[in-house]
Amino acid sequence: MTDTLLKVDGIHTFIGQHHILQGVSFEAKTEGVTVLLGRNGAGKSTTLKTIMGLLPAKQGKIVYKGKPIQAKKPHQIARMGIGFVPENMGIFSELTVEENMQVAMLKDDIAAQKRLEDVLQMFTTLKDFWGAKAGILSGGQKQMLAIARAIVNETSLLLIDEPTKGLAPIIIDALIEAINQIKQHSVVLLVEQNFYMASQVGDDFYILDDGMVVHNGRMQDLVEDDELQSRYLGITK
Amino acid sequence: MSESIIKNHSRELTIAAAIALYLLPLLGMDMTTYLTLTIAGVAMGMMIFLVASGMSLIFGLMDVINFAHGVCFAWGAYVAFSVFNYFDKLVAADSLLANFMVFLIAVAAAVIVVGIVGIIMERVLIRKVYGSHLFQILITFGGMVVLRELIRIIWGPNDEVMPIPLKFQGNWNIFDIIILKYPIYAILLGLMVFIIIQMVLKRTKLGKIVRAGVENPDMVQAMGHNIFLMFTGVFAVGTALAAIGGLAMAIFSVQVYPDMGDAYLIFAFIVVIIGGLGSITGSLVGALIVGLSYNYVAYLLPPLAVGVNILIMVIILLIKPTGLFAAGK
Repeated sequence: MTDTLLKVDGIHTFIGQHHILQGVSFEAKTEGVTVLLGRNGAGKSTTLKTIMGLLPAKQGKIVYKGKPIQAKKPHQIARMGIGFVPENMGIFSELTVEENMQVAMLKDDIAAQKRLEDVLQMFTTLKDFWGAKAGILSGGQKQMLAIARAIVNETSLLLIDEPTKGLAPIIIDALIEAINQIKQHSVVLLVEQNFYMASQVGDDFYILDDGMVVHNGRMQDLVEDDELQSRYLGITK
Repeated sequence: MSESIIKNHSRELTIAAAIALYLLPLLGMDMTTYLTLTIAGVAMGMMIFLVASGMSLIFGLMDVINFAHGVCFAWGAYVAFSVFNYFDKLVAADSLLANFMVFLIAVAAAVIVVGIVGIIMERVLIRKVYGSHLFQILITFGGMVVLRELIRIIWGPNDEVMPIPLKFQGNWNIFDIIILKYPIYAILLGLMVFIIIQMVLKRTKLGKIVRAGVENPDMVQAMGHNIFLMFTGVFAVGTALAAIGGLAMAIFSVQVYPDMGDAYLIFAFIVVIIGGLGSITGSLVGALIVGLSYNYVAYLLPPLAVGVNILIMVIILLIKPTGLFAAGK
């Protein structure tokens, strides 16, 4: 039995004429949170979109639960149990919070309703805005809705792109708590520039630079290595 | 003080200004003429709504500019023309029930035939050019030419007189105001279609997915919904709505001709821009604005009838470039 849920092997992705991912390879284990770190433009968001099938991989393989998925369409990938929270959250602002959740739910049976209840227990604020248009939510509430939508189905792997972007520190702490709860049930692949957040939830990390993985290891080791943080992430203490 | 009143009541003030603006033609005509033109304008607006709502859904969800939308309008009219000729006894019957039955058969036939044409168009032509507006314009323009020539081959190149169900003809005289019967039926048809579309979009899961897709198609895919299947369905529904508009207009104008969709394509573009891409309510409001303005101005200053709608479009674009209503509304 392999301990790898997702294996990304040498993927190359172009956006227009630009060669963004130049042979990215990494793995996400069957449990825990794997964090993709790196500066702006390193290719982190492109990596998640490529895994999700929203951008085509020109070369390389993406293997999920032992099956290649790089040629599959986004809806097929989602139905294999991969949830996605994009950088801009992808909230349907003209739909209510309830409608956002309904669109996300792929089944409507008793088990699905139970999962919805569990998700709303985790993000209780959403209940207060249940009938309101999602466009009026604050940034933190939108982020919670985006994550709630992604985990309301049976999700084995959750891809989250920079959830802390533009959020207040108090909201970030709530998100850390939420992701620590989610990782009990799902594997999380997190793209993050906020090192505090990454260090609080991450188990493993990969650092991307110019479309390639330049370093990887255990998050605990990175937290203790100031030189590495300074060299790749520009963090000075 | 006055600024805060304007800010707090901007919606009410806008509605009041719009009502005042649409009462303005009363200065140049008597009340009977005004009411007759208003009913004709609302009826025309409803028929334009049928064309524009389909185009708005297609544009909003699929980001596709469909120049063949107007010819789908003409196809709807010709299919109804054939149905009315085939069931000529029902058309000529002095029975409201028989007349409505043949009308419903015509609507069903137009929806099925043009819906299938729409599915073929989406699968064969449009699917290859998603994301490229230039190619969409070229390929749908080509599709329009082919479909128009097919009309000429199947039904002939000449204008034809549209048979009108007997009970749809004539008028009611209410307090000396002559009200034509058919425009009232056309208004009811438009309202019924509007309510059905709104019910589907707001009450069903599929409708909610379509509204979500208008806002963010990538996210809808990433949630496990097959957006391409949805594109095919929406394209078929959009073209079928144009077909219903075509048959309604053919009965209104008592004629069918191969180029009849062209003028309404321009109106539909204006309505979609005024109302906002992907907004059905916007399409209805935009179509009523266009229908009423056209009728009032055509009576008072005939050469400016189309121009006034272009002027309204320019003004709305300057004030609210995204149109009056948000996508998905």
